[in-house]
Amino acid sequence: MTQAHARQVRVRLPLHLRTLAQVGTEVTLALDGPATQRTVLDALEARYPMLRGTIRDHGTHKRRAFLRFFACECDLSHEEPDTPLPDAVASGVEPFFVVGAIAGG
Amino acid sequence: MSGVRVLVGTRKGAFVLTSDGKRERWEVSGPHFGGWEIYHVKGSPVDPNRIYASQSSGWFGQLIQRSNDGGKTWEPVGNKFEYDGVPGTHQWYDGTPHPWEFKRVWHLEPSLTDPDTVYAGVEDAALFRTTDGGQTWTELAGLRGHGSGPRWQPGAGGMCLHTIVLDPNHPGRIFIAISAAGAFRSDDDGQTWRPINRGLRSEYIPDQDAEVGHCVHRIAMHRSKPNVLFMQKHWDVMRSDDAGESWHEVSGNLPTDFGFPIDVHAHEPETIYVVPIKSDSEHYPPDGKLRVYRSRTGGNEWEALTNGLPQENCYVNVLRDAMAVDSLESCGVYFGTTGGQVYMSADAGDHWSPIVRDLPAVVSVEVQTLP
Repeated sequence: MTQAHARQVRVRLPLHLRTLAQVGTEVTLALDGPATQRTVLDALEARYPMLRGTIRDHGTHKRRAFLRFFACECDLSHEEPDTPLPDAVASGVEPFFVVGAIAGG
Repeated sequence: MSGVRVLVGTRKGAFVLTSDGKRERWEVSGPHFGGWEIYHVKGSPVDPNRIYASQSSGWFGQLIQRSNDGGKTWEPVGNKFEYDGVPGTHQWYDGTPHPWEFKRVWHLEPSLTDPDTVYAGVEDAALFRTTDGGQTWTELAGLRGHGSGPRWQPGAGGMCLHTIVLDPNHPGRIFIAISAAGAFRSDDDGQTWRPINRGLRSEYIPDQDAEVGHCVHRIAMHRSKPNVLFMQKHWDVMRSDDAGESWHEVSGNLPTDFGFPIDVHAHEPETIYVVPIKSDSEHYPPDGKLRVYRSRTGGNEWEALTNGLPQENCYVNVLRDAMAVDSLESCGVYFGTTGGQVYMSADAGDHWSPIVRDLPAVVSVEVQTLP
C-alpha cells in the first residue's frame, strides 16, 4: 500500500553532480510523505550517497552557499527546509532544480 | 623496464602522465574530474595502484576520490571532515577570534605501511586520518588542541595544513606545516604535538622569532636521513639537523629566498632543489627567467639549472606541492607551473623539457616510480 501512495518527485542536478552520481539530466525519487526540500534531499542522498555533503553541509544540513534551489520559476533557496514544495513539484509535474550559482563575469 | 607515473592536480581536473624508464615518450590521460579543483593526488607507497585524490569546488565542497587501478578508474569515498568536539577559534586576519571552518583538503599523505591509512591536511588547519581507505575520516585533534591553536592566523592563501612528512625510521613521528602557524612534530602518531620553529625568523610577525606564526611553505626529507629537514619558508630556505628541534638558514647565494616547493634528490640526501620566486607580492620568477636552483651541499651553495627552461618573458609560479622526484637510477625531477606546464628532467636537473605545456594551472605534482 505504501508504494502505491508514494509520490514521484523529479530532481534536476547540475552537470558536476550528474557526473558524480552517474545519472542523466533528471532523477525521479519516490517519497512516502510530504514533499519538502528536506525530504527530497534526504531521498536524493539516500539513493546517491556520493552526493552527501555536496548540496548540504554534512552536519547542519544547511544549503551550500553557492547552490540555489528553483522550482516553478521561483527561487526557493531561502525557504525553510520543511516548507512544502509547490504542488506541481510534489505531484511530479514540475522538477525541483538544484542549480549552481552563476560564476564569472 | 620500470617506469614512472606522474600525478598532476590542476585547477580544472587531474591528469596522469606515464612513461617508461627512459622518460622520453609520455602518455597523458585526463582530465579526470574535469572542472574541479584537484589540490593533490598521491599514491600509496605500499600499493602503487592505490591512489587518492582531493577534489573540491566552491559550489559543491570537498570530495575524496580513490583509485585501485593506478588512476584508470575512480570511486568517491568519504568526504565528511568534522572537527573533533567544539572547534574553537583561531585568529582572523584582523586579529579577532574566528571559528574553525572546514574548507578543503590540501594534502593527502598515504601511510608508509598501510594502503588504507591516509593522513589529510585541511583548511582551516587540522590533520585528519582514515584507516579504512578513505571511507571515514577522524581528526587528530591533539594538533589543534596542544595550546597554540588560538594564536594561528591564515596566510593570504588561507589557513591550511599543506605539508605532511612521515618519518620512515621512527614509526609514529610525523612532521606537518601550516600557513601561517609554522612547523609541528608528533612522536606518537599524531596524538600529541609541539611547535618546532626555533631558529625561524619572520619579519612579517610582531615577534620575529615567536614560537608560532611563521609561514612555512614546504618541508622535505630524504628517507635515509630523517633527522635532516629542509624548509622553504615564505622567505628563507632553512635546514634542521635535529628533526626540527632547531633550524638555520641555508639560502646562501640564491637570487631570492622566497618560493614555495623544496625537494630532495632521490639518491643524494644533500642535493636539494628550490624554485626562487621574486617576492611575496609578485609571485613570479626574477627577471622573467624560470630557474630551478640545486644545492649539492645541503644548502648555502646553489647553482641555477636553466637548460630547457624559458629564460625570458616567463611569469609563472610553482606552487608548494608542485615538485617531486622519481627514484630511477638517474633521478628524475618534475615540477608544474601555474601556466599549465609540467617540466621534467631525467638527469637530476641538468636538462629540462616539458611533458605537457597547456594544462590548467598546476597545483600539485607527485611521481610514482613503478617496477
